[in-house]
Amino acid sequence: MHAAHAIASGMGGLRTAGDLVARLQLNRAMKIDAAKKYVADKLRVSVADLADPVAMREVREDMDLGTLNECPGVSKGIDAKFRIAEILDLDINCVNLFKQRVNFGGQKEN
Amino acid sequence: MGKIQTRMGDGRRVELTEAEVRSDLEEGTNDAADRAKVSPLTPDEIEYLFEIHQCTDKAVSVEQGKEVCLTYDSSTTKLKRAHISLSKIQSLQVLERALGADSLELAHIDYSFKPVKPIVVFEQPVLEQALLITIPPLLYGAMPNLGLYSQPNGPCPNPMDLLPQGKISEAKASFEAAVELAIKDMVYVGSQMYETGADGINFDTTAAAGDAEFLATLRAVEILREKYPKMGIEMGMASEFILGLHGDLTYDGVRLAGLYPHDQVKLAQKAGVTIFGPAINIISNRSLPFNLARSVTYTRACTEAADIPIHAAVGMGVCGIPLAITPPVDAVSRASKAHVEICRLDGL
Repeated sequence: MHAAHAIASGMGGLRTAGDLVARLQLNRAMKIDAAKKYVADKLRVSVADLADPVAMREVREDMDLGTLNECPGVSKGIDAKFRIAEILDLDINCVNLFKQRVNFGGQKEN
Repeated sequence: MGKIQTRMGDGRRVELTEAEVRSDLEEGTNDAADRAKVSPLTPDEIEYLFEIHQCTDKAVSVEQGKEVCLTYDSSTTKLKRAHISLSKIQSLQVLERALGADSLELAHIDYSFKPVKPIVVFEQPVLEQALLITIPPLLYGAMPNLGLYSQPNGPCPNPMDLLPQGKISEAKASFEAAVELAIKDMVYVGSQMYETGADGINFDTTAAAGDAEFLATLRAVEILREKYPKMGIEMGMASEFILGLHGDLTYDGVRLAGLYPHDQVKLAQKAGVTIFGPAINIISNRSLPFNLARSVTYTRACTEAADIPIHAAVGMGVCGIPLAITPPVDAVSRASKAHVEICRLDGL
Protein backbone atom coordinates (compact mmCIF):
# COMPACT_ATOMS: atom_id res chain seq x y z
CA MET A 1 0.00 0.00 0.00
CA HIS A 2 2.97 2.34 0.62
CA ALA A 3 3.94 2.01 -3.04
CA ALA A 4 0.39 2.59 -4.30
CA HIS A 5 0.03 5.84 -2.33
CA ALA A 6 3.52 6.98 -3.33
CA ILE A 7 2.62 6.62 -7.00
CA ALA A 8 -0.97 7.88 -6.75
CA SER A 9 -0.37 11.01 -4.71
CA GLY A 10 3.04 11.14 -2.99
CA MET A 11 5.62 13.84 -3.62
CA GLY A 12 8.43 11.34 -4.06
CA GLY A 13 10.55 11.77 -0.93
CA LEU A 14 14.27 11.89 -1.53
CA ARG A 15 13.70 11.43 -5.29
CA THR A 16 12.23 14.93 -5.34
CA ALA A 17 11.68 17.51 -2.58
CA GLY A 18 9.06 15.51 -0.66
CA ASP A 19 11.22 15.16 2.44
CA LEU A 20 11.91 18.92 2.49
CA VAL A 21 8.24 19.88 2.20
CA ALA A 22 7.35 17.31 4.87
CA ARG A 23 9.74 19.01 7.31
CA LEU A 24 7.84 22.29 6.99
CA GLN A 25 4.54 20.51 7.59
CA LEU A 26 5.76 18.55 10.61
CA ASN A 27 7.83 21.18 12.39
CA ARG A 28 6.10 24.40 11.35
CA ALA A 29 2.54 23.11 10.79
CA MET A 30 2.50 24.63 7.31
CA LYS A 31 -0.27 23.61 4.90
CA ILE A 32 0.84 21.97 1.68
CA ASP A 33 0.71 25.02 -0.62
CA ALA A 34 2.57 27.24 1.86
CA ALA A 35 5.15 24.54 2.56
CA LYS A 36 5.79 23.97 -1.16
CA LYS A 37 6.16 27.69 -1.81
CA TYR A 38 8.57 28.08 1.12
CA VAL A 39 10.79 25.26 -0.12
CA ALA A 40 10.60 26.41 -3.75
CA ASP A 41 11.62 29.94 -2.76
CA LYS A 42 14.55 28.70 -0.67
CA LEU A 43 15.76 26.40 -3.46
CA ARG A 44 15.05 29.05 -6.12
CA VAL A 45 12.97 26.68 -8.22
CA SER A 46 9.32 26.66 -9.28
CA VAL A 47 6.69 24.83 -7.22
CA ALA A 48 6.18 22.53 -10.21
CA ASP A 49 9.83 21.45 -10.01
CA LEU A 50 9.45 20.16 -6.46
CA ALA A 51 7.82 16.85 -7.44
CA ASP A 52 9.91 16.38 -10.60
CA PRO A 53 12.64 13.78 -9.94
CA VAL A 54 14.80 14.95 -12.85
CA ALA A 55 14.73 18.64 -11.95
CA MET A 56 15.15 17.95 -8.25
CA ARG A 57 18.01 15.53 -8.78
CA GLU A 58 20.01 18.37 -10.31
CA VAL A 59 19.00 20.83 -7.60
CA ARG A 60 19.83 18.39 -4.81
CA GLU A 61 23.20 17.64 -6.40
CA ASP A 62 24.00 21.32 -6.93
CA MET A 63 22.99 22.29 -3.39
CA ASP A 64 24.38 19.09 -1.84
CA LEU A 65 21.13 18.18 -0.08
CA GLY A 66 21.50 14.40 -0.34
CA THR A 67 20.39 12.26 -3.27
CA LEU A 68 18.97 8.81 -3.86
CA ASN A 69 21.99 7.34 -5.62
CA GLU A 70 24.84 8.57 -3.52
CA CYS A 71 28.18 9.34 -5.09
CA PRO A 72 31.49 9.53 -3.23
CA GLY A 73 32.09 12.88 -1.57
CA VAL A 74 28.51 14.14 -1.53
CA SER A 75 26.48 14.76 1.60
CA LYS A 76 24.80 11.73 3.12
CA GLY A 77 22.56 11.28 6.14
CA ILE A 78 23.35 13.73 8.92
CA ASP A 79 25.65 15.88 6.78
CA ALA A 80 22.85 16.36 4.24
CA LYS A 81 20.59 17.42 7.10
CA PHE A 82 23.15 20.04 8.17
CA ARG A 83 22.86 21.47 4.63
CA ILE A 84 19.04 21.24 4.66
CA ALA A 85 18.83 23.06 8.01
CA GLU A 86 21.01 25.86 6.68
CA ILE A 87 19.38 26.25 3.28
CA LEU A 88 15.79 25.97 4.52
CA ASP A 89 16.58 28.13 7.59
CA LEU A 90 15.07 25.39 9.72
CA ASP A 91 15.95 23.90 13.08
CA ILE A 92 16.50 20.14 12.76
CA ASN A 93 16.50 18.46 16.14
CA CYS A 94 19.15 15.80 15.47
CA VAL A 95 21.44 18.36 13.79
CA ASN A 96 21.31 20.58 16.86
CA LEU A 97 21.99 17.59 19.14
CA PHE A 98 24.89 16.51 16.92
CA LYS A 99 26.43 19.98 17.22
CA GLN A 100 26.11 19.78 21.01
CA ARG A 101 27.71 16.31 21.11
CA VAL A 102 30.77 17.34 19.12
CA ASN A 103 31.01 20.79 20.69
CA PHE A 104 30.39 22.39 17.28
CA GLY A 105 30.61 26.15 17.75
CA GLY A 106 31.16 25.74 21.48
CA GLN A 107 27.58 24.54 22.06
CA LYS A 108 28.42 21.48 24.16
CA GLU A 109 26.55 21.39 27.46
CA ASN A 110 28.36 20.13 30.55
CA MET B 1 -26.44 1.62 -19.19
CA GLY B 2 -22.86 0.48 -18.57
CA LYS B 3 -21.55 -1.57 -15.73
CA ILE B 4 -18.78 -0.42 -13.40
CA GLN B 5 -16.28 -2.74 -11.75
CA THR B 6 -15.72 -1.75 -8.15
CA ARG B 7 -15.46 -3.43 -4.77
CA MET B 8 -17.30 -3.86 -1.52
CA GLY B 9 -15.89 -2.50 1.74
CA ASP B 10 -14.36 -5.90 2.48
CA GLY B 11 -12.48 -5.81 -0.82
CA ARG B 12 -14.56 -8.31 -2.82
CA ARG B 13 -15.06 -7.33 -6.46
CA VAL B 14 -18.56 -6.32 -7.46
CA GLU B 15 -20.15 -5.03 -10.68
CA LEU B 16 -22.64 -2.19 -10.28
CA THR B 17 -24.74 -0.29 -12.79
CA GLU B 18 -23.98 3.40 -13.26
CA ALA B 19 -27.26 4.19 -11.50
CA GLU B 20 -26.25 2.04 -8.53
CA VAL B 21 -22.88 3.79 -8.27
CA ARG B 22 -24.52 7.24 -8.37
CA SER B 23 -27.06 6.14 -5.78
CA ASP B 24 -24.33 4.81 -3.46
CA LEU B 25 -22.31 8.01 -3.82
CA GLU B 26 -25.35 10.10 -2.87
CA GLU B 27 -26.22 7.82 0.01
CA GLY B 28 -22.64 7.83 1.33
CA THR B 29 -22.27 11.60 1.37
CA ASN B 30 -25.71 12.11 2.88
CA ASP B 31 -24.97 9.57 5.60
CA ALA B 32 -21.81 11.43 6.66
CA ALA B 33 -23.47 14.85 6.35
CA ASP B 34 -26.40 13.75 8.54
CA ARG B 35 -24.21 12.22 11.23
CA ALA B 36 -21.60 14.99 11.47
CA LYS B 37 -23.94 17.88 10.61
CA VAL B 38 -21.67 19.01 7.77
CA SER B 39 -22.32 19.84 4.12
CA PRO B 40 -22.77 16.94 1.70
CA LEU B 41 -20.67 16.82 -1.46
CA THR B 42 -21.74 19.12 -4.28
CA PRO B 43 -23.15 17.69 -7.54
CA ASP B 44 -19.79 18.47 -9.22
CA GLU B 45 -17.90 16.56 -6.52
CA ILE B 46 -20.29 13.61 -6.83
CA GLU B 47 -19.73 13.64 -10.60
CA TYR B 48 -15.96 13.73 -10.02
CA LEU B 49 -16.17 10.68 -7.76
CA PHE B 50 -18.37 8.95 -10.34
CA GLU B 51 -15.75 9.54 -13.04
CA ILE B 52 -13.02 8.11 -10.79
CA HIS B 53 -15.06 4.93 -10.43
CA GLN B 54 -16.09 4.89 -14.10
CA CYS B 55 -12.45 4.96 -15.22
CA THR B 56 -11.44 1.44 -16.21
CA ASP B 57 -7.73 1.94 -15.54
CA LYS B 58 -6.35 -0.27 -12.81
CA ALA B 59 -4.67 2.64 -11.04
CA VAL B 60 -5.44 6.36 -11.04
CA SER B 61 -3.46 9.27 -9.61
CA VAL B 62 -3.67 12.95 -8.69
CA GLU B 63 -3.03 15.57 -11.33
CA GLN B 64 0.59 16.65 -11.66
CA GLY B 65 1.28 19.47 -9.23
CA LYS B 66 -1.23 18.22 -6.66
CA GLU B 67 1.15 15.75 -5.02
CA VAL B 68 1.17 15.71 -1.21
CA CYS B 69 3.47 14.52 1.57
CA LEU B 70 3.14 11.04 3.01
CA THR B 71 3.48 10.17 6.68
CA TYR B 72 3.17 6.61 7.97
CA ASP B 73 1.99 4.75 10.99
CA SER B 74 4.30 2.07 12.31
CA SER B 75 6.20 1.93 9.05
CA THR B 76 9.10 -0.21 10.27
CA THR B 77 6.76 -2.82 11.70
CA LYS B 78 4.88 -3.13 8.39
CA LEU B 79 8.01 -4.74 6.92
CA LYS B 80 8.57 -6.76 10.08
CA ARG B 81 5.01 -8.09 9.93
CA ALA B 82 5.65 -9.19 6.36
CA HIS B 83 8.57 -11.19 7.78
CA ILE B 84 11.12 -9.43 5.64
CA SER B 85 14.48 -10.11 7.23
CA LEU B 86 15.58 -6.54 7.76
CA SER B 87 16.60 -4.54 10.80
CA LYS B 88 14.59 -1.46 11.67
CA ILE B 89 17.26 0.79 10.20
CA GLN B 90 17.32 -1.21 6.98
CA SER B 91 13.52 -0.97 6.86
CA LEU B 92 13.78 2.81 7.11
CA GLN B 93 16.31 2.82 4.27
CA VAL B 94 13.96 0.76 2.10
CA LEU B 95 11.18 3.28 2.72
CA GLU B 96 13.54 6.21 2.11
CA ARG B 97 15.33 4.86 -0.95
CA ALA B 98 12.96 2.39 -2.60
CA LEU B 99 9.43 3.52 -1.73
CA GLY B 100 9.69 7.31 -2.13
CA ALA B 101 8.79 8.04 1.50
CA ASP B 102 8.49 11.73 2.32
CA SER B 103 8.91 10.97 6.02
CA LEU B 104 9.95 8.00 8.15
CA GLU B 105 8.70 6.52 11.37
CA LEU B 106 10.55 4.28 13.78
CA ALA B 107 8.38 2.00 15.88
CA HIS B 108 8.43 -0.94 18.30
CA ILE B 109 6.69 -4.13 17.15
CA ASP B 110 4.38 -3.84 20.19
CA TYR B 111 3.13 -0.48 18.90
CA SER B 112 1.86 1.19 22.10
CA PHE B 113 3.48 3.71 24.45
CA LYS B 114 3.09 1.49 27.52
CA PRO B 115 5.21 -1.45 26.26
CA VAL B 116 7.76 0.98 24.78
CA LYS B 117 8.41 2.56 28.17
CA PRO B 118 10.51 -0.31 29.64
CA ILE B 119 12.50 -0.79 26.41
CA VAL B 120 12.96 2.88 25.48
CA VAL B 121 16.67 2.64 26.29
CA PHE B 122 17.00 0.03 23.53
CA GLU B 123 15.02 2.12 21.06
CA GLN B 124 17.12 5.25 21.58
CA PRO B 125 20.39 3.92 20.09
CA VAL B 126 18.49 2.60 17.05
CA LEU B 127 16.98 6.05 16.60
CA GLU B 128 20.38 7.71 17.01
CA GLN B 129 21.95 5.47 14.36
CA ALA B 130 18.99 5.88 12.00
CA LEU B 131 19.22 9.66 12.30
CA LEU B 132 22.87 9.55 11.25
CA ILE B 133 22.20 7.78 7.95
CA THR B 134 18.72 8.86 6.82
CA ILE B 135 17.61 12.22 5.44
CA PRO B 136 13.78 12.61 5.61
CA PRO B 137 12.13 13.71 8.87
CA LEU B 138 12.05 10.77 11.25
CA LEU B 139 9.23 10.39 13.75
CA TYR B 140 8.86 7.94 16.61
CA GLY B 141 5.37 6.48 16.71
CA ALA B 142 3.14 4.46 19.01
CA MET B 143 -0.51 4.17 20.06
CA PRO B 144 -1.91 5.67 23.28
CA ASN B 145 -3.90 2.39 23.73
CA LEU B 146 -5.71 3.10 26.99
CA GLY B 147 -6.99 -0.46 27.07
CA LEU B 148 -3.58 -1.61 28.30
CA TYR B 149 -4.09 0.23 31.60
CA SER B 150 -7.08 -1.83 32.75
CA GLN B 151 -7.11 -5.33 34.23
CA PRO B 152 -5.93 -7.92 33.33
CA ASN B 153 -3.28 -5.99 31.33
CA GLY B 154 -2.95 -3.04 33.70
CA PRO B 155 -3.62 -1.82 37.22
CA CYS B 156 -7.05 -0.17 36.83
CA PRO B 157 -10.33 -2.05 37.31
CA ASN B 158 -11.72 -2.85 33.87
CA PRO B 159 -14.51 -0.41 32.96
CA MET B 160 -15.93 -2.97 30.54
CA ASP B 161 -16.50 -5.29 33.53
CA LEU B 162 -17.88 -2.52 35.71
CA LEU B 163 -20.33 -0.96 33.25
CA PRO B 164 -22.49 -4.09 32.75
CA GLN B 165 -22.75 -4.33 36.55
CA GLY B 166 -24.19 -0.82 36.68
CA LYS B 167 -21.08 0.48 38.46
CA ILE B 168 -21.03 3.67 36.41
CA SER B 169 -19.14 5.90 38.83
CA GLU B 170 -16.53 3.18 39.45
CA ALA B 171 -16.04 2.74 35.69
CA LYS B 172 -15.62 6.49 35.23
CA ALA B 173 -13.10 6.62 38.08
CA SER B 174 -11.15 3.79 36.47
CA PHE B 175 -11.01 5.64 33.14
CA GLU B 176 -9.83 8.77 34.92
CA ALA B 177 -7.07 6.86 36.73
CA ALA B 178 -5.97 5.27 33.44
CA VAL B 179 -5.79 8.70 31.81
CA GLU B 180 -3.21 9.86 34.36
CA LEU B 181 -1.07 6.73 33.89
CA ALA B 182 -1.21 6.95 30.10
CA ILE B 183 -0.21 10.62 30.11
CA LYS B 184 2.91 9.79 32.14
CA ASP B 185 3.94 7.03 29.70
CA MET B 186 3.31 9.13 26.58
CA VAL B 187 5.19 12.13 27.96
CA TYR B 188 8.07 9.93 29.14
CA VAL B 189 8.51 8.09 25.83
CA GLY B 190 7.89 11.22 23.76
CA SER B 191 10.46 13.17 25.78
CA GLN B 192 13.06 10.43 25.59
CA MET B 193 12.75 10.03 21.84
CA TYR B 194 12.73 13.77 21.14
CA GLU B 195 15.77 14.31 23.33
CA THR B 196 17.45 11.54 21.33
CA GLY B 197 16.86 13.50 18.14
CA ALA B 198 13.51 12.47 16.64
CA ASP B 199 11.91 15.13 14.47
CA GLY B 200 8.54 14.38 15.99
CA ILE B 201 6.23 11.99 17.77
CA ASN B 202 3.24 10.27 16.14
CA PHE B 203 0.26 9.45 18.35
CA ASP B 204 -1.39 6.84 16.16
CA THR B 205 -4.87 5.29 16.43
CA THR B 206 -5.81 7.90 19.00
CA ALA B 207 -9.11 7.48 20.87
CA ALA B 208 -9.48 3.79 20.05
CA ALA B 209 -10.65 3.42 23.66
CA GLY B 210 -12.95 6.43 23.43
CA ASP B 211 -13.14 9.84 25.05
CA ALA B 212 -10.78 9.03 27.95
CA GLU B 213 -8.02 8.04 25.52
CA PHE B 214 -8.58 11.19 23.46
CA LEU B 215 -8.31 13.29 26.63
CA ALA B 216 -5.11 11.53 27.73
CA THR B 217 -3.52 12.12 24.33
CA LEU B 218 -4.53 15.78 24.14
CA ARG B 219 -3.09 16.41 27.59
CA ALA B 220 0.13 14.52 26.75
CA VAL B 221 0.48 16.63 23.59
CA GLU B 222 -0.09 19.79 25.61
CA ILE B 223 2.70 18.86 28.06
CA LEU B 224 5.12 17.91 25.27
CA ARG B 225 4.37 21.12 23.36
CA GLU B 226 5.13 23.14 26.50
CA LYS B 227 8.42 21.26 27.02
CA TYR B 228 9.52 21.23 23.38
CA PRO B 229 8.12 24.19 21.39
CA LYS B 230 9.71 23.01 18.12
CA MET B 231 8.68 19.34 18.32
CA GLY B 232 6.68 17.92 15.41
CA ILE B 233 3.56 16.19 16.71
CA GLU B 234 1.26 14.10 14.55
CA MET B 235 -2.05 12.74 15.82
CA GLY B 236 -3.77 10.04 13.80
CA MET B 237 -7.22 9.00 14.91
CA ALA B 238 -8.78 5.56 15.35
CA SER B 239 -12.23 6.27 13.94
CA GLU B 240 -14.56 8.99 12.76
CA PHE B 241 -16.44 9.32 16.05
CA ILE B 242 -15.20 9.70 19.64
CA LEU B 243 -16.92 6.96 21.61
CA GLY B 244 -18.32 8.25 24.88
CA LEU B 245 -17.27 5.33 27.03
CA HIS B 246 -16.85 7.73 29.97
CA GLY B 247 -19.24 10.30 28.63
CA ASP B 248 -18.52 13.37 30.74
CA LEU B 249 -14.90 14.18 29.90
CA THR B 250 -14.06 17.58 28.46
CA TYR B 251 -11.02 19.35 27.06
CA ASP B 252 -10.92 23.13 26.92
CA GLY B 253 -14.58 23.12 27.91
CA VAL B 254 -15.63 20.87 25.01
CA ARG B 255 -17.28 17.51 25.70
CA LEU B 256 -15.22 14.88 23.91
CA ALA B 257 -17.84 12.16 23.47
CA GLY B 258 -19.44 12.29 20.05
CA LEU B 259 -16.96 14.59 18.31
CA TYR B 260 -16.48 14.13 14.57
CA PRO B 261 -13.23 14.94 12.72
CA HIS B 262 -13.99 18.61 12.00
CA ASP B 263 -14.32 19.19 15.78
CA GLN B 264 -11.56 16.75 16.79
CA VAL B 265 -9.00 18.73 14.80
CA LYS B 266 -9.83 22.00 16.58
CA LEU B 267 -8.89 20.46 19.93
CA ALA B 268 -5.83 18.73 18.49
CA GLN B 269 -4.39 21.95 17.11
CA LYS B 270 -5.18 23.78 20.35
CA ALA B 271 -3.22 21.14 22.28
CA GLY B 272 -0.21 21.58 19.99
CA VAL B 273 -0.54 19.00 17.22
CA THR B 274 1.18 19.98 13.95
CA ILE B 275 -0.30 17.27 11.67
CA PHE B 276 -3.76 15.75 12.19
CA GLY B 277 -5.03 12.52 10.63
CA PRO B 278 -8.77 11.88 10.55
CA ALA B 279 -9.76 8.21 10.23
CA ILE B 280 -13.12 7.31 8.70
CA ASN B 281 -14.35 3.78 9.22
CA ILE B 282 -15.15 1.43 6.35
CA ILE B 283 -18.56 -0.19 6.35
CA SER B 284 -17.51 -3.54 4.98
CA ASN B 285 -20.89 -4.63 3.58
CA ARG B 286 -21.38 -1.42 1.59
CA SER B 287 -19.73 -0.58 -1.75
CA LEU B 288 -16.56 1.48 -2.16
CA PRO B 289 -18.49 4.30 -3.88
CA PHE B 290 -20.66 4.55 -0.74
CA ASN B 291 -17.63 4.38 1.56
CA LEU B 292 -15.51 6.79 -0.43
CA ALA B 293 -18.24 9.45 -0.69
CA ARG B 294 -18.85 9.07 3.04
CA SER B 295 -15.17 9.38 3.94
CA VAL B 296 -14.51 12.33 1.65
CA THR B 297 -17.47 14.20 3.15
CA TYR B 298 -16.16 13.86 6.71
CA THR B 299 -12.57 14.57 5.69
CA ARG B 300 -13.37 17.64 3.59
CA ALA B 301 -15.18 19.20 6.57
CA CYS B 302 -12.11 18.46 8.70
CA THR B 303 -9.74 20.09 6.21
CA GLU B 304 -11.95 23.17 6.00
CA ALA B 305 -11.93 23.51 9.81
CA ALA B 306 -8.18 23.04 10.21
CA ASP B 307 -5.35 25.54 10.44
CA ILE B 308 -2.76 22.73 10.53
CA PRO B 309 -1.88 20.17 7.83
CA ILE B 310 -4.33 17.29 7.45
CA HIS B 311 -2.91 13.85 6.60
CA ALA B 312 -5.95 11.60 6.28
CA ALA B 313 -5.42 8.07 7.55
CA VAL B 314 -5.99 6.38 4.20
CA GLY B 315 -4.93 2.95 5.41
CA MET B 316 -6.36 -0.52 5.53
CA GLY B 317 -10.02 -0.41 6.64
CA VAL B 318 -10.28 3.38 6.84
CA CYS B 319 -10.89 6.33 4.48
CA GLY B 320 -12.16 4.29 1.55
CA ILE B 321 -9.56 1.52 1.65
CA PRO B 322 -11.14 -1.95 1.86
CA LEU B 323 -10.94 -3.88 5.11
CA ALA B 324 -8.64 -6.47 3.55
CA ILE B 325 -5.13 -7.43 4.60
CA THR B 326 -3.91 -6.97 0.99
CA PRO B 327 -5.68 -3.80 -0.18
CA PRO B 328 -6.04 -3.76 -4.00
CA VAL B 329 -4.24 -1.03 -5.93
CA ASP B 330 -7.39 -0.03 -7.84
CA ALA B 331 -9.12 0.80 -4.56
CA VAL B 332 -6.09 2.38 -2.87
CA SER B 333 -5.30 4.68 -5.78
CA ARG B 334 -8.93 5.81 -6.09
CA ALA B 335 -9.15 6.58 -2.38
CA SER B 336 -5.81 8.39 -2.56
CA LYS B 337 -6.83 10.57 -5.51
CA ALA B 338 -10.34 11.32 -4.25
CA HIS B 339 -9.22 12.40 -0.79
CA VAL B 340 -6.33 14.56 -1.99
CA GLU B 341 -8.22 16.33 -4.74
CA ILE B 342 -11.67 16.82 -3.23
CA CYS B 343 -10.60 17.39 0.37
CA ARG B 344 -7.54 19.49 -0.58
CA LEU B 345 -5.47 17.36 1.74
CA ASP B 346 -1.95 18.26 2.82
CA GLY B 347 -0.91 14.64 2.97
CA LEU B 348 -1.86 11.07 3.66
